[in-house]
Amino acid sequence: MVLNIGCAARPGKAGDNKTGSWRVFKPVFNQELCKKCGLCALLCPEGCVTVNDEEEYIPDYDYCKGCGLCAEECPADGAIDMVQEEK
Amino acid sequence: MLKITEGSHAVAEAVKFCRPEVIAAYPITPQTHIVEALAEMVANCELDSEYICVESEFSALSACLGASAAGSRVYSATSSQGLALMFEVCFNVAGMRLPVVMSIANRSLGAPLSIWNDQQDSISLRDSGWMQVYAEDNQEATDLHFIAYKVAEDHDILLPAFVCFDGFILSHTYEPVDVPAQEEVDAYLPSFKPYQRLDAADPISMGMYATPDYYMEFRYEISRAMERAKEALKRAGREFDEEFGRDYSAPVEGYRLEDADTAIVALGSICGTVKDAIDEMRGSGRKVGLLKIRSFRPFPDKEILKALDDVSTVAVLDKNVSLGSGAGGALGLEVKDALYGSGIEVKDYITGLGGRDVRKRDIANITDLAESGKGDMYYGLREEVL
Amino acid sequence: MRELRIHGRGGQGSVTAAELIAVAAFESGVYSQAFPAFGVERRGAPVQAFVRFSDHMIRLRSQIYEPDYILVQDSTLIRDVDVFNGMKEGGIAIINTEREIDSEVPAGVKVITLDATSIALEVLGLPITNTTLMGAFAAATGEIELQALEHALSGRFSGELADKNIKAARRAFDLVRGGA
Ligand code: SF4
Ligand code: SF4
Repeated sequence: MVLNIGCAARPGKAGDNKTGSWRVFKPVFNQELCKKCGLCALLCPEGCVTVNDEEEYIPDYDYCKGCGLCAEECPADGAIDMVQEEK
Repeated sequence: MLKITEGSHAVAEAVKFCRPEVIAAYPITPQTHIVEALAEMVANCELDSEYICVESEFSALSACLGASAAGSRVYSATSSQGLALMFEVCFNVAGMRLPVVMSIANRSLGAPLSIWNDQQDSISLRDSGWMQVYAEDNQEATDLHFIAYKVAEDHDILLPAFVCFDGFILSHTYEPVDVPAQEEVDAYLPSFKPYQRLDAADPISMGMYATPDYYMEFRYEISRAMERAKEALKRAGREFDEEFGRDYSAPVEGYRLEDADTAIVALGSICGTVKDAIDEMRGSGRKVGLLKIRSFRPFPDKEILKALDDVSTVAVLDKNVSLGSGAGGALGLEVKDALYGSGIEVKDYITGLGGRDVRKRDIANITDLAESGKGDMYYGLREEVL
Repeated sequence: MRELRIHGRGGQGSVTAAELIAVAAFESGVYSQAFPAFGVERRGAPVQAFVRFSDHMIRLRSQIYEPDYILVQDSTLIRDVDVFNGMKEGGIAIINTEREIDSEVPAGVKVITLDATSIALEVLGLPITNTTLMGAFAAATGEIELQALEHALSGRFSGELADKNIKAARRAFDLVRGGA
């Protein structure tokens, strides 16, 4: 860190900060049970759940920090399971 | 050219000549006449400036912070509770090293509610990282604005500044003031060149968070800038003298101190009354002098020690009190610190709080008290509390 | 240094009187200083304003306790306030009244009375006596020149209002000058 006058700093990129390494549990999406409601993508604090052309909701494990919000809020039983990460 | 005018109007005119690009202020007695005059100048197109109307002092200084960060020369003015409401923003402005200049028409703080003068407001912000200069008369109140901008905007300094002058006693007084012409001010005060600024095309953030590993270093940098400001104030005062023939190069100014046994130390408009009192006391053979403190932040400790080297007794007048310190005012405590170990007897007198009038005879009484070793007290309290 | 204390009631323009007297005095060639007693302004409450005159720069900032001159805008104030308090011997008191001021006056003080209210009512159509009394002050004390006073008045007021105030001041000036 440099002591810039007034503690000024150039903006960084959130993308540089790969939060995926923080995980203990990871969400595993079961596309068969998914109802395509999109809640997981909306609620993910990392914004790492995106939808592809096949309308599949997929987390980006580089950034998914394993918080479990998606699994907690998912209305479809079993569509998102939190399973312990193998390291 | 000397002309007779109200202190607030002289200050407003001086501010106009500094060409602030943004003004944000919220009216409060006794600062009101300054901002009313500036608002009128902007409305009449005499001053090309953005006058931002706000709903509180907090917003006023926040707007100034943003405008200064965006690279504008900015101005505000306040008093008393208004400054208290700015407390948080004051620290941010200084911490972001934004050279905001603000007039303080000094007024006491409530409760009890008082619109009258003392210096508790600006003194209470002494640790905020703003420079603080105090004016004895309206000429000085006017001139110090030019100097304040010059020093604040110096890239070696980059600190905000209060220009303090006693509310009502100076702000509402008509007296002759020489307000310089625009061209003269332009020659002295160059246009503002920001050290860095907010720019969407080349973004930065200011006042980012500092972890425990770095916070202290940022505070230390402000201390160092304050230290450098001592020289910068002298230099700017000297340059002002060259341009305008009025010398503000000294952070402290002695009056009849040369052979004095007792020195009075004071800040602001009370110095005028003290000078007249000293002339009378000198007339009856008493060796009394005054040391006027112009710059309270940065505090000129070495200059004070040097100026008071030969006196045996010092009486400090404080128009503020640090409650809980006994009867210590900020100036008294710091003068004692500056003179520590010198063997000079320093006594502090809390006086003139909440607009209590201070007369020549009060100064003579305080001199008597100091010379008889009595002090560190509130001077002139009503009988019923004693 | 000479000192003037103005006594009035809130709304009578005592502060304006002090300011304009100081402006006129400065124009007449001396240093001057004017300031109000910083009261809580309330219509009808007794107020004070002060002016100092000196050949040197004025440094003193305290209020005025031993005036050379007093100017009393309203003689009913004499009942509420000790307007003569501290007056110097040889001092001049200018009082707006239609009656004589007798017993309360301290020794050595010259009292000049005039019915400024009638003059103001006649000339301005308003019972605002400050400008009238400024004319009386100029004539009684010689601290300010009439011309400088007129100049100060036209600097503060404009158009017809300036003319009327100047007329009222002149009327009082002539009255006091004639009587002195
Ligand atoms: S919240 Fe569950 S059901 Fe809804 S889109 Fe995501 S995975 Fe499918
Ligand atoms: S576990 Fe948390 S971070 Fe990972 S995808 Fe679900 S909501 Fe996003």
